[in-house]
Parts: sequence; structure tokens; C-alpha cells
Amino acid sequence: MADLPMMPAQRTRMTTSFFRKHKLLLMPLAFIAPAFAMFSLFVIYPIIQSIGLSFTQWQGIGPKTWVGLNNYRMLFNDAVFWTSLMNNVYWLVLFLLAPVFGLFVALFLNQTVFGIRLVKSLFFFPFVVSQIVVGIIFAWFYDPAFGLLATVLEPIGLDMPPILSDETLATFGIILAGLWPQTAYCMILYLTGLNSVNPEVIEAARLDGAKGWQLLVKIVLPQLRAATFIALVVTIIGALRSFDLVAVMTEGGPYNSSNVLAYYMYDNAIFRYRMGYASSIATVLFLIMNVYIVWFLMRLWNNEKGTR
Amino acid sequence: MKLFKSAVCAVALAAFATSASARDLVMNANTSDPAQKLAMENLIAEFEAAYPEIDVKFNLYDHEAFKVAMRNFLVSDAPDLITWNAGNRMKVFVDLGLFEDVSDVWEAEGLYEKMPAVVGASSVDGKQYGVPYAYYAWGFYYRKDLFEQAGITETPTTWEEFKAVGEQLNAAGITPVTIGTKNLWPAAGWFDFLNLRVNGVEFHAELMDGKVAYTDPRVRAVFEKWGELVEADFYIENHPAYSFQEALPFMNQGNAAMYLLAPFIVSMFPEDVRAQVEWFPFPIIDSDVGIYEDAPTDSFHIPVNAKNKEDARLFLAFAAQADVQTRTAATLDMLPPNVNASVKDDRFAQGGFAQLSKADGIMQFFDRDTDPALAKVAMQGFQEFLQNPDRLDRILEQIEAERARIYGAL
Repeated sequence: MADLPMMPAQRTRMTTSFFRKHKLLLMPLAFIAPAFAMFSLFVIYPIIQSIGLSFTQWQGIGPKTWVGLNNYRMLFNDAVFWTSLMNNVYWLVLFLLAPVFGLFVALFLNQTVFGIRLVKSLFFFPFVVSQIVVGIIFAWFYDPAFGLLATVLEPIGLDMPPILSDETLATFGIILAGLWPQTAYCMILYLTGLNSVNPEVIEAARLDGAKGWQLLVKIVLPQLRAATFIALVVTIIGALRSFDLVAVMTEGGPYNSSNVLAYYMYDNAIFRYRMGYASSIATVLFLIMNVYIVWFLMRLWNNEKGTR
Repeated sequence: MKLFKSAVCAVALAAFATSASARDLVMNANTSDPAQKLAMENLIAEFEAAYPEIDVKFNLYDHEAFKVAMRNFLVSDAPDLITWNAGNRMKVFVDLGLFEDVSDVWEAEGLYEKMPAVVGASSVDGKQYGVPYAYYAWGFYYRKDLFEQAGITETPTTWEEFKAVGEQLNAAGITPVTIGTKNLWPAAGWFDFLNLRVNGVEFHAELMDGKVAYTDPRVRAVFEKWGELVEADFYIENHPAYSFQEALPFMNQGNAAMYLLAPFIVSMFPEDVRAQVEWFPFPIIDSDVGIYEDAPTDSFHIPVNAKNKEDARLFLAFAAQADVQTRTAATLDMLPPNVNASVKDDRFAQGGFAQLSKADGIMQFFDRDTDPALAKVAMQGFQEFLQNPDRLDRILEQIEAERARIYGAL
């Protein structure tokens, strides 16, 4: 940059004509360059660095030792890793209920009644609240001795199961807490989607005798494809990076039964000072996400091709 | 978020500090509980009054956030002073060359004679790397009124008496012990004491140093004793759902009678409950084994990369003075390491002090004495054992596998 003004005049002319010839290629590159530079520095470089770390043993400070594939060998023999992976699968599958619930809440709220805006914003409220707060509130709900659910169930003679201290229930208790804000998010996506549904098409379908379920599945849902796609994207991302709720509600416990990969990675890096091992977990998580990212990119690619 | 905020604050304060006068002393502390915060603020105010030309910049972190931030700031932008723990936790950073050798302060102030109990915990290879400001005893905090209600007139001193007390409490409809194992470490306190009472301090130290297998029959003997309590329904139900503070309401509401913990719990009792709370040490199990106690020690350290080490040394010397330690420890409900300081005149501090004076040997605490990764796996094992005593074999194998990974096969 600094030596640009020093360039001889002919050179400049040459570059100008070069630039003119390849304008269609160079202009987009020039526009992409700043974003690409930032992205490389803050995303790609850390990814490479983290993958590199996964082949070392490192405390976070002090010397690093190269251990080859040792971390991965340990990882695949680590029962906690498999529990966490399984829990991630539970998260992924059960979290997909959020778009479904969200759609029905949106259909229900998509009416023109007095005060519906207030109701809509109340339904959206859990998404505005921080995940940490959601986690704490649900942990209080679940408290088997002093919690709200226990207090309500006790007079009826029902015993509150100790959700967060039970190794089989803990994960599902956390997922339920996670579904609450996620449903709200999907709902808002569908509400905006419903706004753009063409009423003429629906009217036409009605004239042709389509009703209820059939109308929803064959006429409305196809028009909501864009909203469904986004809802799936944010939900799957949300499920894979599930961390804050686990950290707040159980810290992965009791004895790792509700751990997920993201939290186990954090736990290893921060509390056990095993940066290399944590990086190998990060790498595995990254690879899992890649499967889904590739699917996402391919879809985008195909869509773009379609529009051209 | 908290971490981020404190990091931003620390950076901002550090930036501010460098631009201000030359005699600024930056101190990063993890003393975030109300009593700890107050004690530290008082100590700093006293120091600033004694040295008006020095301005202390005090950055307070949450306990867990501090553990994380510490590894960053010790390397990148070190403060002049930090609070931390003596023993193995300190040794980790000494081995990494991040803590300053402060043997000169010990020498100049004659601390070897004044703080004999904590020399060992402050030393690595005969050199001292920190100056303790308080230590404390662990023991049973119990509600006298609930004991009376169950017809118990005397606190238990032996294992049989202890189990009998539990039986009486259970018969009266009171759970003997409250515990919150969501934090994991409250269970480690039980393991420490059981092991110290059953096997003694030498074996415990070897176990902490990874020199004994967790599948050793002597470790099993500890879990056998522990299992007796689990079988006899000593512990509150669903304790993995509660942090150590969240387990306190069981005692406050009269549903549970005892809590094995440290003095930082004293200020957390409501006023009316505290009036009923008394203290007794962990009972003797084997009379052939001496009295060994956990006495975690909190101390000040100077990072190697500190800018104002001279004034930091002044602070260490100041904080080690008898009268200063008397006041600091009193606010903390803890014990002053300086023998010329006086112990707060209340039943908890006096009880703990008497017990530690009797002790034949002292350890820090499970997660301060052993490798952090091993501590985590082991404490999760303790939690699982308390819920499922029948899984003992598998739990011990898991802990042993982690020990072998860190310390090597035996």
C-alpha cells in the first residue's frame, strides 16, 4: 500500500488495463477480501490452531508436548465422551420438536383478535431472556424439595421425581428447559412466514375442497419452506452448541450423565487444564458439525443455481 | 459473561493503573464471598493508611472465574499481587515459574518462627512462594436444638457414637446430614476425613501424590466405612441437585441436623439458626491412628511478571503482622497463621483452633492436594458412590485409570 504512489506511470496504466480486463473477477474479490481477512483471522486460524493443539499435551501455560493421536485414542476409550456424544444425539433429535411446536403456536396465534400482539410478545418472551436465567428458573422448578413443581404435586399426593439429580432424567430435564426458548424462536420465524403466505392460493385451495390437515400440509407448509429451513438451521445449531443450560443446571452431572461434548470440552480445558484433550473433543464436535454444514451449503448452492 | 466482564474490568483497571502514579499496587483476588470481600477491603484500607503513598488497585473475581483468568493474566498482564491457595495448588504455578520466590520476606520478618504451621504448605524445595493470611479447620456444624429434640446430649467422638447419633436423629424424623454435591467438593471433605481417620496422614499424602492405587484394599476400607453411613440413610436425598449453599436450607428449616464444612458457612446461616449452631470435630474411627485434619490455607503470592514487586513485598510483610492477621482472620471467621495473633473469641474459631492445635498432621484439601483432573474424576466418583454404593468396583477402577494416566502405572 505504502509504495503505491511511487509506481511509475506506465505500470499504473498496465494495472488499470489489467484491472479492466478482469473486472468481473477482481471486483467481487476486492469486496470479499476484508470479510475474508477477518474470517480467516478469527475463525479459520483458530480452527487450525485448535486442531493442531489436539495433537499435543498442554496445560494452557508452559511447554507443549507432541503426543500424536494419543488424545484421540484416549477419547475413544473415554466413557464420558460416549455419554456426551449420545446426549448430543438426544439434544439433536428432541430439539427438532421446537420447529414443530413453534409452527403450531404460530398457527394458533396467527389470528386477528384484540390484544393478540400482547399475547404474541408474551409467547416470544422466553427467547429474549438469557439462557442462564432460563436454566436457573427451570432448576428451581425442578427442585425436588422446595421447587414449584414439588409444591404443586405434593398436595395431590404425587412425588416429584428428582429430575436433575437422576442420571436417567437429567438430560431430558435440561432439553425441556431448552425447548422453551427455542420454541419461541421458531414461532416468531413461522409467524413472519405466515404473513407472506398468499391468501389467494389458500382461497383457491378451499374452493377446490381442501380442508384442515390437507390444507396445512399441501398448501401452507410448502409456502413456509423458507421459514422451515431457517428454523431447522437455528435449532440444529442450538442443539449442537448446547452448553449454557448444561453448565447452569447440572454442570454435566450427576457424574457426567447429562454431559454434552461442548461442556465436556470446556470442563477439560478450564477445570482439568487438559487443553490438548479438550481440543480433540472440539475437533470431533467440529467434524460432526461439518456434516451438517456441508448439507446446508449444498442446499444453498442448489437454491442459487435454481434462481440463476 | 461474568468472566468477560471481570476481564474487561481488569484490563481497564490495569490500563488505568499504568497511567496513574508510579506506586500503584495491582491486586487480583478471588475473595468474592461477602465476608471475604469485606476482610480484603479492610486489609487494603489498613495498608493504604500505613503507606499513604501506595495506591492499591483491587480487582475482585468470582472463585471459578479467577481460576480461568489467572492462567491468562499470570502470563500476559500480571498484577503485582494475587490471592491463591498454599500447597499443591501453589506448586503447580511455582513449577511453571510463574510465582516469585519470597523467602526474603519470610527471612526479614522472621515468619519461620511466627507461622510455623504453614511453612510446609508455603514451600517448594525449601523456598517460600507465598505468605498465608488465613487458614481454617473443617468440622461438623450442627444444630443443638435438633440434637436435643432427638434426645442427644453429647456430641459424638467415636465412629460408633457418630452412627448412634445418626440413628437417633433418623428415628426423630430428622435427616442426620445435609450435603450439596453439585459442587462435588463437599463430598471430597468426607473422603479426606474418612481416609485420614482410617489410614492416617502418610497414606493419605501418598494417595494424593498418586503413589497408591485407588483400587488398594486400604482405599476400599474407607469406602466401607462411608457405605455404612449411606446404608443408614445419613445423607439428604437428591444431594446432586444442590450446590453447597442450596443444601443449607435443609438445616435452616430443621430437616437436617449436621453439615461437614468449613467456617465460610458461618456467615450464611440466618441469625436465629446461627444461635443454635455449634461445632464438633470429625469423630475418631481408629484410636491407633493419630488426629489428622484438613486445614486449607489461603495466601498472597507475587507473580513473577509483576511490575511493582517492591511494594508487593511491603504488602506481604504487612499482611503477616500479628495484629493485622488477627483482624483479617476474625472477619473471615478463620484462623490467623501468625502465632502471636489472637483467635476470634467465638465457638467456631476457638473450636477449630483447639482441634488443629491437637492435630498430629495437617493436609490442605482433596482438590488442593492432588492433580486437578484426578480430583475431578475422583469427586464425581464420590458423588456416584453416595447415590449408588453398589457401583464401588467400577467407580474405583475409573478413578484408578485416571490416576494411572496422570502419575503412571505402579
